[in-house]
Amino acid sequence: MIEVKNIYKSFDGVPVLKDVSAVFETGKTNLIIGQSGSGKTVLMKSVVGIHEVDRGNIIYDNRDVTRMRGKEKNRFRREIGMLFQGSALFDSLTVLENVLFPLEMFSDDTYEEKVERAKFCLERVDLLRAVNLFPSEISGGMQKRAAIARAIVLNPKYLFCDEPNSGLDPKTSLLIDKLVQEITHEFNITTIINTHDMNSVMEIGENIVFINKGEKAWQGNKDEIYDTGCKPLEDLIFASELYKKIKHAHNMNL
Amino acid sequence: MNAIEKVGSYSMLMYRTFAIPDRWSMFFRSYSKELKKQGLDSFAIVLIISGFIGAVITIQMVLNTSNPLLPDYATGLAVRDTLLLEFSSSIMCLILAGKVGSNIASEIGTMRITEQIDALDIMGVNSANYLILPKIIAFMSIIPCLVVFSMFFGILGGYGIAYFTDVITVDKYVYGIQFMFVPYYVTYSIIKGVVFAFIIASVASYYGYSVKGGALEVGKASTDAVVNSSIIILLFNVMLTQLLLA
Repeated sequence: MIEVKNIYKSFDGVPVLKDVSAVFETGKTNLIIGQSGSGKTVLMKSVVGIHEVDRGNIIYDNRDVTRMRGKEKNRFRREIGMLFQGSALFDSLTVLENVLFPLEMFSDDTYEEKVERAKFCLERVDLLRAVNLFPSEISGGMQKRAAIARAIVLNPKYLFCDEPNSGLDPKTSLLIDKLVQEITHEFNITTIINTHDMNSVMEIGENIVFINKGEKAWQGNKDEIYDTGCKPLEDLIFASELYKKIKHAHNMNL
Repeated sequence: MNAIEKVGSYSMLMYRTFAIPDRWSMFFRSYSKELKKQGLDSFAIVLIISGFIGAVITIQMVLNTSNPLLPDYATGLAVRDTLLLEFSSSIMCLILAGKVGSNIASEIGTMRITEQIDALDIMGVNSANYLILPKIIAFMSIIPCLVVFSMFFGILGGYGIAYFTDVITVDKYVYGIQFMFVPYYVTYSIIKGVVFAFIIASVASYYGYSVKGGALEVGKASTDAVVNSSIIILLFNVMLTQLLLA
């Protein structure tokens, strides 16, 4: 479980996160949603440690990471896997080498054992056929899957996904969402997904934190989202005609 | 960001860079790749430039020192000392700042804007150490070879002029390049080359590592890396010359 307590973050004196508190549960897909510029990416990057918060605490299973420094923080980070918006695969390495990289860096297993583990993860994301290809030679969806394989290869306790569906078609987006959810349940990971894809919200939103203008405006799950009483959230979720119809059907119990 | 802030953040980056690598095997793998990319791939340009400059210096020396008071071997001597003292270290490093420096800055800058460096940091890897240290050590260790290579081909370029034209005889040229040879000049040139290699690789890495934005900023960082490392090289050239020769 990851607990965020009253975190405040500003850039050049401009507050972006204003005393945000939230709980992200283990074994669930936790979603951070919000409009562009609402502060959701800053919240995620603060939780993962890319940004240092001005004040507040970030507690990973009773460990306060805001107090960690240097090597202790680096050791702790090995428990984290992250899927970046643009995949962030290393261009000069093949898909297999990308997935092997964390193992080569931190595992004391033999090379054969490392390759076996990497291939297991690639098989899990259905990418064994692309092991010898470079990131530039595979599609965006395959890059995302390769990045997921790299993120889970060290058996992380925490998985962060920054807009995993950006640039993907709806079908591939759904596959990625389902894959992340399956992995979360299978390995009992605390997964946090930063998204503004409403399909993801409706499909895998087991715990949703809505950020509006740097503040937490609502927290709940996908079943509670139809009747939140939170106008900014409703404006975001039910902005399109399709979702207005879905909401109407839901309210009519159709 | 003002100059003092830049020096501060450069120093902090170097502090992170010069740490013990997490995995020596990974370090040596990167090191060998960098040796090829920065060193072996630079030999061709060093050969071409040194050969032609050696040839041109020889012609210029003959044309501009045609004075009966000057001995015949002065041309060879002047070509040798010009190459050993300045060209093969300082000027060659200024040229390599353009090739190697821009390559390093754009490579690291692209990794920064595509979040590859963030990915390393999230994994718990010291990204500065993993990415920058092999580049600096590789370039510093290959530069003595490049400097000596440049001296050799510069002198060979002059020899080619003596052999194929009649501006100077081969005997006079060969006598001149051997006359009053000071072996320390080679050491001096190599020392300067190693210092300049550190400047090129570290300054370029700093500009690449601190890129913020997109492709445009990577291009700007690459240009800034070349310009600033060239200026620092010129400054250190004066200091090292005073320190090592005066």
